[in-house]
Amino acid sequence: MSVPAGHGVSVRIEACGKTFADGTRALEPATLDIARGETLVLLGPSGCGKTTMLRIIAGLELPDAGGRVLFDGNDMTSVPIERRNVGMVFQSYALFPNMSVADNIGYGLKIRGMARQERAARVAELVALTNISGLENRRVDQLSGGQRQRVALARAVAIRPGILLLDEPLTALDAALRDRLRGELNRLLRALGITTIYVTHDQSEAMELGDRIVVMQRGSIAQIGTPREIYFKPKNRFVAEFIGAANIIEAPVENGELVLPGGRQPIGGEASQAAAVAMIRPETIGVVEEGAAPLSGTIDSVSFIGDRQRMLVSGASDKVLTVDAPNTIKAQAGERIGLLIAAEAVRLLPSEN
Amino acid sequence: MPHKSFVWLCLLPLVVLTVAFFLLPMARLVVTGAEGPHGLAGYLAILVEPRYRATLINTVLLAAATTVVTLVVATVAGMFLQRHRFPGRAVLIAMLTFPLAFPGVVVGFLIILLAGRQGLIGDLSNRMFGEKLVFAYSIFGLFLGYLYFSIPRVILTIMAAVQKLDIGLEEAARSLGASPWAVQRDVVLPALGPAFVASGAIAFATAMGAFGTAFTLATNIDVLPMLIYTEFTLAANFATSAALSVGLGIIAWAILALARSFSGSTVAAAG
Ligand SMILES: Nc1ncnc2c1ncn2[C@@H]1O[C@H](COP(=O)(O)OP(=O)(O)OP(=O)(O)O)[C@@H](O)[C@H]1O
Ligand SMILES: [Mg+2]
Repeated sequence: MSVPAGHGVSVRIEACGKTFADGTRALEPATLDIARGETLVLLGPSGCGKTTMLRIIAGLELPDAGGRVLFDGNDMTSVPIERRNVGMVFQSYALFPNMSVADNIGYGLKIRGMARQERAARVAELVALTNISGLENRRVDQLSGGQRQRVALARAVAIRPGILLLDEPLTALDAALRDRLRGELNRLLRALGITTIYVTHDQSEAMELGDRIVVMQRGSIAQIGTPREIYFKPKNRFVAEFIGAANIIEAPVENGELVLPGGRQPIGGEASQAAAVAMIRPETIGVVEEGAAPLSGTIDSVSFIGDRQRMLVSGASDKVLTVDAPNTIKAQAGERIGLLIAAEAVRLLPSEN
Repeated sequence: MPHKSFVWLCLLPLVVLTVAFFLLPMARLVVTGAEGPHGLAGYLAILVEPRYRATLINTVLLAAATTVVTLVVATVAGMFLQRHRFPGRAVLIAMLTFPLAFPGVVVGFLIILLAGRQGLIGDLSNRMFGEKLVFAYSIFGLFLGYLYFSIPRVILTIMAAVQKLDIGLEEAARSLGASPWAVQRDVVLPALGPAFVASGAIAFATAMGAFGTAFTLATNIDVLPMLIYTEFTLAANFATSAALSVGLGIIAWAILALARSFSGSTVAAAG
């Protein structure tokens, strides 16, 4: 009965689009592969179709004609959710109010006809795993938000699902608790090693939890990649600006150099381009003496954030540049500085039209 | 404290009203019940005297049957109407709730039109089997009338409760492997429990005391309100009719109280 850790199914979504009855096009036909044991994060702003995609995978929503959902290569498109063996955690947790914590966790096992004793043992195991010992006999309305979240997770993984689907499981919690539970959730997901699809609109959550991230924009997939790829090599301006802070610069490129008002910034290569769009992350910009770098500018303002200081620098590019400098550097507004940027830190984006 | 006396002042009209129009007649009724030739034993008579007892049991059984069938029909219909959109839905709901405005007499009249001597069902059965089927004046006719009366009320309550159900709970149950039946049993029905108790109690109390329908139909059957009426107007037996009234009141009130405490506990258990 017991399945070793590092399991689950592989998932393939093939040309799955979704048009709702009222004509809303929530999802453009998308194709996506999720490896066994992988944690994939669906990330994007509100209304971009994350929940819709998750519900299609779960079997709560049917894709438009032509779309297919495959688990381990088997077509599951017309299999209802109750026979897909998926564990779901809803944003509202959807705990059964007429059952105790233990009965909630054991519900899926009871439905599967597991004997009472075996069930109790499994529930006890999950209670320990999710750190909710002592709450087994509580009613769910006697739990805090964080405890509810754990119960919801325990209930979802109790059935040893082939895939775990989580829809913004931390969004309903306050910031401090969210940070703590995020780390806990991460450890748990790694320990379970089960295929997981995690929906969030919080980019730092996505970075921490995801093996890969799918960035979604208005119903279609903008980019798929590891957190590093998404962060350092965004495919377009939307991804660059949605993930972390980004300086987006529009300027011509001559001979592998970005031609800016404050100097010529090398970007590698020899290419020339009349109008390029480049992205530079604030923390990749080094602050040096004026003249020690090809690019220079004037500090507009400095705000001390604690672990770093954020400077706004004008004159270097046509727009004000955001620079995240170490908190040890002493610099004041009005000072001239040099901006040292590695060629690899400049990322050219396709220009929008 | 001025604040406190203000509150008491505000309560005064309520107190006066309650005493004048509610408690005083009620007390008088209770006293009258014990003023017959047998004194307090008059109350005992409604349980011991075979005719009274039979009527009492009849009425309770009828009310209980009405409640159960109403709940079943109204739940199935209310759930369907709330969860599905189809052409003609609004018209259907309007039609189903149309009888809300009818007094009992009209409901009785409708039952006679349906199953009376000149009724639709009689005509139909006459043509098909050569025999006239007439049941309007039996306890079954009365039962049908009560259903007609209570289903609209209960449907509305159930629809409101279904609308408030959290679809997420049903989806969660399904994701855990629950079949549609199991979802109904484990999630939907428990969540509707308080609505069942509340609307069922009203249906029961109404069926216990409904007079108009019974008066229009009940030539062959004795139900409590009819018995009270005959004892009061025809036999001028004030003591017995008062005792019966008090008995009727107590049963209906007890059921309501029971329902309230029960729904209170289920509501608490349901969070
Ligand atoms: N049942 C429905 N009928 C019609 N339109 C819907 C339905 N469900 C969702 N939509 C629409 O589809 C689009 C995508 O919705 P979805 O819930 O997938 O977004 P989301 O990315 O999960 O957003 P959020 O972060 O706010 O949860 C939205 O424009 C939404 O209004
Ligand atoms: Mg959503």
